[in-house]
Amino acid sequence: MSSVASGGGVRPSRRAVVLTTGLLVVFLLYSLAPTWFLIVSATKNQTDLYSTFGLWFSTNHLGDNLHDIATYHDGVFLRWLGNSVLYSTLGAAGSTLISLAAGYGLSKFDFRGRGAFFAVIVGASLLPSTLLAFPLYLVFSEIGLTNTIWSVLIPYFINPFGVYLGKVYADSSVPTELMEAARIDGAGDLRVFASIALPLMRTGGITIFMLEFINIWNNFFLPLFMLNGERTFPVTLGLYSWLQQAQTARDMNTLVLTGSLLSIVPLAIFMFTLQKYWRSGILMGSLK
Amino acid sequence: MSTLTRPAKAATDSPARRPSPRRGGRRGAYKGPLFMLPFLLGFLATYVVPIGYAFSQSLHEKKSSGLGFGPTRVVYTGFANFASVLADSAFWASMGRTLLFGAAQITVMLGIALLLALLLDGVAARAVRFFRAALLIPYVIPAVVSTLMWLFLYSPTGSPLLDLAERAGAEISFFGGVNTYLSLGNLLTWQGIGFNMILISASLQALPRELYEAARLDGAREWRIAWSIKIPNITGILVLTGMFSLISRLQLFGEPLIMRQIAPESINTDFTPMMEIYDKAFKVGDYQYAAAESLVLAVVTGILAHVFYRATNRKMS
Repeated sequence: MSSVASGGGVRPSRRAVVLTTGLLVVFLLYSLAPTWFLIVSATKNQTDLYSTFGLWFSTNHLGDNLHDIATYHDGVFLRWLGNSVLYSTLGAAGSTLISLAAGYGLSKFDFRGRGAFFAVIVGASLLPSTLLAFPLYLVFSEIGLTNTIWSVLIPYFINPFGVYLGKVYADSSVPTELMEAARIDGAGDLRVFASIALPLMRTGGITIFMLEFINIWNNFFLPLFMLNGERTFPVTLGLYSWLQQAQTARDMNTLVLTGSLLSIVPLAIFMFTLQKYWRSGILMGSLK
Repeated sequence: MSTLTRPAKAATDSPARRPSPRRGGRRGAYKGPLFMLPFLLGFLATYVVPIGYAFSQSLHEKKSSGLGFGPTRVVYTGFANFASVLADSAFWASMGRTLLFGAAQITVMLGIALLLALLLDGVAARAVRFFRAALLIPYVIPAVVSTLMWLFLYSPTGSPLLDLAERAGAEISFFGGVNTYLSLGNLLTWQGIGFNMILISASLQALPRELYEAARLDGAREWRIAWSIKIPNITGILVLTGMFSLISRLQLFGEPLIMRQIAPESINTDFTPMMEIYDKAFKVGDYQYAAAESLVLAVVTGILAHVFYRATNRKMS
């Protein structure tokens, strides 16, 4: 970038180092500043939110905000958090198990139409789930399933990309010889799957679980289409409904901001716990 | 990595292992599909049936008898809805707007991600891990929450950005005209930089060092190596991420919908195709038309994906 970098060779010039670091720091600040703003804002009351500088603290009202959020509307926010945990955990667990079984079936058995199945699965995993939301709503409302937790859970269970990953992991981590040996020892197919294949596909399972957990936690449009009773909302939809109310009724901005911060916390804990799988998960998820 | 047991590992390493055609015959004929059964049933229920049902719905229209006050009946009208969607200039305008906006925003986003990945490629290893983790934070924040955060930063009341601008003597607004697009584009760019940077970094790391070691010994400067050697060798990943980003932009929904809460005059109900579908279905109540729009959007997405797939496959082979 600079023309002064003289001397050539392998060592970068001092000026290049300064420029590189400077640019990286600028983008670092850009990345972090909004989250910093959220943390600062969660400690303010309504007046300070508007009257003090947004990127620095004023008098601390975090305790009041947390109290408000826990008590507003009989603690509906805590229910939303609970719903998110429930949807993410059950949805991800279900889809992981279903995906691993299907991926195993696809990888380890030869049957007619296997190639066609695989092509359909790859194609379906390219189809953005946003597009399915409305057709799903039509069917689920026809059979009276909308506004129940099943209306969101059932679609979460079915994850073609998870099946694709399941097949990839089954291909690479379950040796067919081991399956043969178990069969000779008299193990049935279900037993071979449960006690030999599943443990070997553990890494793949955790990756699928993690990707799906994050997807469900972040999901917004499927619940928006399916759910209309506040009690069943996940936290993303709940925050949106608060924002809508804020335009018409009382100013709920402190609640929205504090709630937003709180909604990240469980996700952050989850990802911190599974950080080992995090990067490979991203790279895998990117294939989608 | 998982802790594989020793014999399993040995077996994994054995070269003889392949997708086992000998597993065929009668054994696998029904057992493979049996393991897939839960998925296949669910796939039927959540993909095949809904798409089929949406299609059959889209062949109908709601007609009200009398002077529009009588009870409504749903009648079969063939492809009338599709004809209307294909002739609906507002629908196509929202699609064109979204694609054009997406193309511009993705170019900026990938440009910055590429720049950061190249910069990190030349920094000390310990700093790299720190920067990578920090730049990835926006990606892990739920889209709804990051939209809310930026909404407050854009809001005319209490925004620190406007405070700073005011102190500098500038008067700015984040909505209206092109500013609406810049604000939305900034939000999406902010969310996407870290993730794309990780992907580009990974493919940079996969390049063999010898590729540019020689150039370096010849005295080529880092920017020259980046431009003439590194970038040409990672166009594959750039095209791929660009393509997936563009397809996902076509489904843009949550971010503009939430922004509409404070800028309804800048972001119309048909700002993106998905917003238009949502509006037609739940505000207007015309399920049949919304179903037709969903299917047209799905087909356009499919065509786009296919064209890109063909193009990139040729490029990468």
